Amino acid sequence: MRRMRANSAAVMALYLMAAIFVLALLAPWFNPNSADTLDWAHAAARPGMQGAHWFGTDRLGRDLFVRTLAGTRMSIVIGLAASFISLAVGVSYGAVAGYVGGRADQVMMRMVEILSGLPLVFFVIFLTVMFGRSEYLLFFSIGAVGWLTMARIVRGQTLSIRKREFIEAAVASGAGTPRIIAKHVIPNVVGPVVVYATLMVPQIILFESFLSFLGLGIQEPGASLGTLVAEGVGEMETAPWILVIPGGVLAVLLLCLNLFGDGLRDALDVKEA
Amino acid sequence: MIRYFFLRLAAAVPTLLMIVTATFFLMHAAPGGPFDQEQVLAPEIQANLQRSYGLDLPIWSQYGRYLASLRHGDFGPSFKYKDFTVTELIAQGFPVTFTLGVIAILLALGIGIPLGTLAALHHNTSLDHATMSLAVLGIAVPTFVVLPFLGLLFGVYLHWLPVAGWEARSIRHLALPVIALALPPLAYIARLTRGSMLEIMGAHFIRTAFAKGLPASTVILRHALRPALMPVASYLVPAVASIMTGSLVVESIAGLPGIGRYLVQGALNRDYTLVLGMVIIYSTLLISLGLLVDLLYAWLDPRVRR
Repeated sequence: MRRMRANSAAVMALYLMAAIFVLALLAPWFNPNSADTLDWAHAAARPGMQGAHWFGTDRLGRDLFVRTLAGTRMSIVIGLAASFISLAVGVSYGAVAGYVGGRADQVMMRMVEILSGLPLVFFVIFLTVMFGRSEYLLFFSIGAVGWLTMARIVRGQTLSIRKREFIEAAVASGAGTPRIIAKHVIPNVVGPVVVYATLMVPQIILFESFLSFLGLGIQEPGASLGTLVAEGVGEMETAPWILVIPGGVLAVLLLCLNLFGDGLRDALDVKEA
Repeated sequence: MIRYFFLRLAAAVPTLLMIVTATFFLMHAAPGGPFDQEQVLAPEIQANLQRSYGLDLPIWSQYGRYLASLRHGDFGPSFKYKDFTVTELIAQGFPVTFTLGVIAILLALGIGIPLGTLAALHHNTSLDHATMSLAVLGIAVPTFVVLPFLGLLFGVYLHWLPVAGWEARSIRHLALPVIALALPPLAYIARLTRGSMLEIMGAHFIRTAFAKGLPASTVILRHALRPALMPVASYLVPAVASIMTGSLVVESIAGLPGIGRYLVQGALNRDYTLVLGMVIIYSTLLISLGLLVDLLYAWLDPRVRR
């Protein structure tokens, strides 16, 4: 932890990130506007104090401050939920492959290799288009793509501990394979998993906003940062703030998450598998 | 090595077939069809349309017919862009997407590798820190934010470059999209090169090379760089995949007439043949690139050649 604190960029990133999180959660309480009320008197208003629209409004007069923070909240929620799915799938898959070993391991990892060589993004685009655009499907399909790297890392870690004495002791005391994997293998690979999970969250938020940008993610009137940026691009020559504000927030959020994850990795000195 | 290469080559065909099959059946399993429109067609017209495109046949024979036409390099007719075959649509847009992608990847390699090398050689100096900060920025900030911001700065405020649009063989129109596309892989490549370069500069054979009295430039270029590029080589396939993905948004933001738009639009329209064609093109490109990378490995690391 001391090494973490020495990394000033990571510490600043952590504070900034915390500030964004808190703002996103508390926004409804300290700005009088709501995310989807139309204020026709102030459509496409510049940022300022007009009608308490601190960041201005969009083409329909919706308050940009509240909308951006609602979008941030959505992006964070989806990012965390999808990361959790990737984590659950990746960790169990990797632990089983690494612990069972032999032919099963070869087949399982060969599958991961083939899958990660494919343009999976196109597959996700596909799934979301084909089977409706619900939020659940969205984070499920993102999660389905994100587990590959995690599986690889966990397998590597598992290989390095499977011959250790405490595993042998568990085998000797008659524990079954599923029990050993759940009780002894997984708890002992948590360190690197946590580090890579923090690096996975920004990737997943990025991917979600990418899908939303293409119009395949969150639908109107809901908003994620990707949807807001897409709206802003259409208006950038006349009302640049509609682009700059959500785009800026997205950039800063992702930057902070990345800096924090990098800092954590360096501080704990985790090697890539 | 040669045997391994041919094994991979032989595995590429079934992989591709698997992708085609999965895509084909997934698309047909999804609700909706290419002729669902807001204006409901008379059932007779609907039936006739279905028949003329062979959609009334059982799915297995549709699949068989599709594979048979693929063997002649025919992707079939597009369902939405009437009067066009998928082959024609892709042939029109492909050069634009391809040019964009190739320039972007060359830029990413051409700047990323030297930048990473320099950062490693000047470890812990301000040059190193600046490069790594730039790298985090490039990795973190999404393409679809970078491009509009660049457009706003250089197009709307400074009037140096056009914000969007396309003219054949116009570098000015390509500049911003290419920069936005190249940035994430460039950042990643710089980081990878720096990391492996740092490791290799501490290796015994480098110390030996210096001890022999070789000039630093020879040691770096002839001895260190080649093994240091191994991780970059293995990143090439993901890099190209990321450029392909990026070009979907870049083309739509900059209004370039590439093939990116066909993937999303085609899937939304249930334009089965168009989407399949796109998936085949992208997968073939990535799989053949993977094979090239295998060869590249052999060139970079003599130990692989056995």
